[in-house]
Amino acid sequence: MAAGVGLSSIANLLFVLPYISLMLGLVAVPVSLGLWLSFQDYDMLSGFNGFAGLDNYASLLTDRIFRGAVRNTLLFVAVTVPTFVGLGLFLAISLNDGLRRSAVLRTIFFASFVLSVTVMTLIWRLVYMPERGLLASVLNAVGLPEVNMVANESLALLSVAIVTLWWVIGLPMTLFLAALQQVPRELYEAAALDNASRFRTLLYITLPSLTRTILLVAAIETIMQFQIFGQVMLITGGGPNNASRPIVQFIYEAGFRDWQLGFAAAASQVLFLFMLIAALGQLWLSRQQDRG
Amino acid sequence: MEGLVFRNVSKHFGQVEVIEDLSLEIGKGEFAVFLGPSGCGKSTLLRMAAGLESLSSGEIHLNKRRIDSLPPGERGLAMVFQHYALYPHMTARQNMAFGLRNSGVPAPEIEAKIAQAAALLEIYHLLDRKPGQLSGGQRQRIAIGRAIVKQPEAFLFDEPLSNLDATLRTRTRVELARLHQQMRATMVFVTHDQMEAMTLATRIVVMNKGRIEQVGTPIEVYRRPATRFVAGFVGTPSMNFLPVASVESERGRATALLADGMRVPTSIPTAQLPAGPLTLGVRAEHVMPGQGSPAAIEVLEHLGDRTLIHARMRDGTILVYAEPGDSTLRAGDTVELQADGSAVHLFDDTGRAFHGH
Repeated sequence: MAAGVGLSSIANLLFVLPYISLMLGLVAVPVSLGLWLSFQDYDMLSGFNGFAGLDNYASLLTDRIFRGAVRNTLLFVAVTVPTFVGLGLFLAISLNDGLRRSAVLRTIFFASFVLSVTVMTLIWRLVYMPERGLLASVLNAVGLPEVNMVANESLALLSVAIVTLWWVIGLPMTLFLAALQQVPRELYEAAALDNASRFRTLLYITLPSLTRTILLVAAIETIMQFQIFGQVMLITGGGPNNASRPIVQFIYEAGFRDWQLGFAAAASQVLFLFMLIAALGQLWLSRQQDRG
Repeated sequence: MEGLVFRNVSKHFGQVEVIEDLSLEIGKGEFAVFLGPSGCGKSTLLRMAAGLESLSSGEIHLNKRRIDSLPPGERGLAMVFQHYALYPHMTARQNMAFGLRNSGVPAPEIEAKIAQAAALLEIYHLLDRKPGQLSGGQRQRIAIGRAIVKQPEAFLFDEPLSNLDATLRTRTRVELARLHQQMRATMVFVTHDQMEAMTLATRIVVMNKGRIEQVGTPIEVYRRPATRFVAGFVGTPSMNFLPVASVESERGRATALLADGMRVPTSIPTAQLPAGPLTLGVRAEHVMPGQGSPAAIEVLEHLGDRTLIHARMRDGTILVYAEPGDSTLRAGDTVELQADGSAVHLFDDTGRAFHGH
């Protein structure tokens, strides 16, 4: 009997082994290595200079560019995530009907999401291009002064946010559409017989039915937008004057331009911490929701 | 006329005619039951009254007020849905209050109405629970409560008992009947269950393929079905239909000669009958064993209080009849059967029924 149990345990282990080995090899080991690296004085040029304790973290605290990057990233997340939720919800509710027009619009809104970041930024560079770009032409046409958003310190981050919004709005919209279609039609019929106005139906029937999806979209977008990099790199390059440099770009530059691997690893841990706090916050919120 | 009136109502979805030119008057305080098989248009008719489905043509009036162009919430109706349709994130109390709050009823009045309905339905202890914490039967009571607090001019029920188990269904049925007696409100109830229709209705509206087959009291519909469809749909077991070979006239009354040789003298006047082929209809309780044509027993259904016996006649048709108590007969036995001529019906080939006195 005991031998039988032992054999089946080994057989069971074999089934989970592919997942476990990938998980260990591609997630657990690199993550621990990253954490370990963040406590080392490790430079690709001068090599390994021993244990550094919290020195890397201490230098991050005083690094003006890193503090700017943290500010930019937090600002970016704070601006984009609520917009994704709000706009995604608005689009989904507006396009949640059987009309052909809505089906076409749904496809159009989702279509940009499948583009790669390089293609997408190419399109937007044509929009933001000074003098001959779409934005400049439109402003000229209506007689307004031209604004070069990408080169303007206070508008650079906003210009990236607009690009990002255009790029990925299809995902929250689709998630909200899926959730909307799960709301039983009878609820709306009951609300109609209960003399509920459109606004009260939205407030008391639709939105409460979507709370789980709202939290899901917020969680997904928070985690995604904390890692913003590609658009910035290709549109503003982090400038002007670091005004749009996010944490991931800072990590990239510290690690692969300046070759300070320990320092870059420490910055990665800080980013990881931010994302962990955000994710746990969402989890806590959804638990509260379930209890209520 | 007071009550709910349908005037020349039609409904089609594209090319498909669901209801064609239907007129019906449901009196104030009546408990009308729309009865028919699925797809007969009974739910569509109810939803048209509620405003959840538009009319292709025709008019609907409630207590002398035309309502078919009003939005659902302004028609003075309340509806109980098949799947309850309670708002899942609101407590029972909030569910019941929602409609009143939408209409701007002051809070103390809402509280009083909920308390009144809760007492009537004995749901006071459930008011602060959410639908997810309630059983099917409890949800149904809340859904009924939500309709009652609105004090509507008419109640609409869309197969409200079909999701309940058998015991609960019977209990809720009795409760609905009691509720109707207490409130004296106009109620319209849709079902495909003829037992519900027979026990609840003051009048049954039997529907088939978008048309009304018969409107009548439960006993009228059972005793004097207007068509072969009604005769077959109402009553358990279903009425027996036997082909008639020829009809003789005895003192103006028809005597039917069945294909297997059975002679059934009826009280149906011969003068009414058309020339074409006829079918004789007889209910199980009006088949008398012990005389008449021989038949071989094939299946016995022991129901406790009675036994349903399926017997095959010589011409191959099956006749179902009932014996009180637990029958000692077995499959394979031969019995002699005779239809009670005073209680049979004749149907012509269009399905129209002819009755005796």
